[in-house]
Amino acid sequence: MTETNTKPETTENHADKIWEFFCSLKLTVIILLLLSVLSIIGTVLQQNAPAAEYIKEYGQANYELFVNLQFIDMYHSWWFIGLLGLFSVNLICCSIKNFPRVWKFVREPVLIASPGVLKNSANRLEATSKEDKQQLADRLAVLLKKEFGTPQRSEKDGKLYLFAQKGIYSRFGAYATHLSILIIMAGAIIGNIWGYKAYVNIVEGTSTSQVWSRGGQVPIDLGFTVRCDDFDVSYYPNSRRPKDYNSDLVVLENGQEILRKRIEVNDPLTYKGITFYQSSYGSAGNAFFQIKITENATGKVMNIKAGQGQHIKLPGGYAFSVSDFTATGRFGPAARIHVNTPDGRHGTPFMVLKNFPDFDVKRGGKFSFSLIDYNEPQFTGLQVAKDPGVEIVWVGCLLMIFGSLTAFFFSHRRIWVCLEDAGGKTKIQVAANAHRNQPGFSLTFDDLKLKLEATIENKSSKKEG
Amino acid sequence: MGAMTLLFNLTMLVYLLATVLYLVAMVGRRPQPGRIGRWVLVAGVLLHAGSFAVRHASVGGAPVTSLHESLSFFAWCLVLLFLLLDLRFRLSVMGAFASPLALLLMIGSALSPDVVVPLDPMLRTWLFPVHITFAFLGNAAFALSFGAGVMYLIQDRMLKSKRFTGIYRMLPSLDTLDKVNYTCLSFGFPLMTLGIISGAVWANTVWGTYWSWDPKETWALITWFLYAGLLHGRMTIGWRGRKAAIFAIIGFLLLLFSFLGVNLLVNGQHTFEVFTEL
Repeated sequence: MTETNTKPETTENHADKIWEFFCSLKLTVIILLLLSVLSIIGTVLQQNAPAAEYIKEYGQANYELFVNLQFIDMYHSWWFIGLLGLFSVNLICCSIKNFPRVWKFVREPVLIASPGVLKNSANRLEATSKEDKQQLADRLAVLLKKEFGTPQRSEKDGKLYLFAQKGIYSRFGAYATHLSILIIMAGAIIGNIWGYKAYVNIVEGTSTSQVWSRGGQVPIDLGFTVRCDDFDVSYYPNSRRPKDYNSDLVVLENGQEILRKRIEVNDPLTYKGITFYQSSYGSAGNAFFQIKITENATGKVMNIKAGQGQHIKLPGGYAFSVSDFTATGRFGPAARIHVNTPDGRHGTPFMVLKNFPDFDVKRGGKFSFSLIDYNEPQFTGLQVAKDPGVEIVWVGCLLMIFGSLTAFFFSHRRIWVCLEDAGGKTKIQVAANAHRNQPGFSLTFDDLKLKLEATIENKSSKKEG
Repeated sequence: MGAMTLLFNLTMLVYLLATVLYLVAMVGRRPQPGRIGRWVLVAGVLLHAGSFAVRHASVGGAPVTSLHESLSFFAWCLVLLFLLLDLRFRLSVMGAFASPLALLLMIGSALSPDVVVPLDPMLRTWLFPVHITFAFLGNAAFALSFGAGVMYLIQDRMLKSKRFTGIYRMLPSLDTLDKVNYTCLSFGFPLMTLGIISGAVWANTVWGTYWSWDPKETWALITWFLYAGLLHGRMTIGWRGRKAAIFAIIGFLLLLFSFLGVNLLVNGQHTFEVFTEL
């Protein structure tokens, strides 16, 4: 008989122990410490780099160890995610355990202060009055309503009680903060499962309907087409630092233009939950040049359109070619040109500057060159992200801001008044407390005390002040 | 160049004056020099703001990209936050910590190469000044709680060894220091949270990821975890005094590391321009 009695008790004990384990603040501290220490790995060891880099730096054996321990992509490793999961469970359990206690403040406010509270509270007041307690209570209720909140009246054992409170919501600040962490995590999980991060390069004037996932080999279909009409980059004066770059993007569906936007570095385009971010740019193949050539002996002028690397014939069996070009040289756009002699020998290369069209005359060659214009096709580099969880993350962040602010800067303040008959007079006892920031509340209470005293004596507190 | 350097040097001089006044107030245990020091600091913070305004005009955006500018901005946030907290909570004892630290940061700033770097396109957004202001105000609050923590430990040691030397009499009571520590934490934590969140919002408009486990992000998160732990210790377990002081000190050291050390460790999105230029 004893056996059958103890058995369910022990399983209950086990369940209790497991529950206590998940509820404990000690567990929270351990998890936070572990998360912190483990996170350091990823800040020391470069994440998601190509295998060759690790092998070069740490050797093959260490690289394999890193792979097995999932150090290469540690923030997505099973042990890190697992720890975050445990953290969430711990948060939920802690909140479930403590929430009823806080909810009780809302459901069953302590309307009647115990004699202990009235006697020992740090913020209290005692007075006597010749007036009737009902009359006093009416007047005090008006004051409390103005200063604190609508008071609740109750009677017990011939004593009359008033109770008022404000800022009860601040008891929930910590829970709101905890909930916000869970919401942010949920948003992150949704984004990781149903979203993707990809990139695509679009050459000016062309379009694409596929993007490339980072690390993935298979393209992702957008379900619509994106065309880049134009790409522009502007530089700081006298510098090669880009000031801004932007792309004119057009979204097309079934050949129909749907949306058009000029995106910038801090200003992306979003369509059907997929966002395109201006991320990089580069040259897309060879540039074309408009070049003016003067034959110095005759003064004959030729205007020639030349592609980079293309050999173009000149009078007298000569030929020239633009071998290199930069749009952002020290002296502005610059082309490197060489002239081949009729017997096919390679001449010494020289620079031609767009901003100084007469510069090349001084070289004193058979021909003088000047760069009139150039057209360098560019591609725009776009990061493409689909994140259906991002709004959830922002909701979580907002809640976190409000939650932590209420948790730190507001407190639940309560005040009790007890009126009792004492030998023809009325004895008045007042006690008040705040669940946080007691020093601040003491100052507030000192002010309130003056007003309470004035009200009891039925004087205007302003004259008193 | 002229006005910028002049204002910067003048600010440094004013912070030096405030430091002297606060130290005189502490050593002499007289409140008068401290009260003057407060007004001197107000002048300093305005001058400093002026130097940033001039720089802002020449850079064309928030001028906090190099180590030189960051240290100076940190100093400004520290002084500003100290003055605001002092206004509300009368923390004038912390002036003897805040003004020398601000001076030290300014000296560090003066010693690091001062190059006016045009802003990267990414930094040309209103989110950049919002992000750094929250982050540095948070750092400043934690720096003050660090100062209170250090003073607490010194005072605690004095009391335990019963050596009531000059320093003992200069420092405020343990209770005051503990309260200052908590007040600063309660401002630092929400400010840091706002700093991290505004950074996440910004990252999302630039890269489409609000969190990318960049080394600086990760270290900031580690520091955030530590402060969260400390606040739970204080608010629910009832940690006071020594333990809380030690945690506040560790937290700030971590913060300093994520501010300065991480840049030397790994290249990330937050690396100062100066380091990448060199």
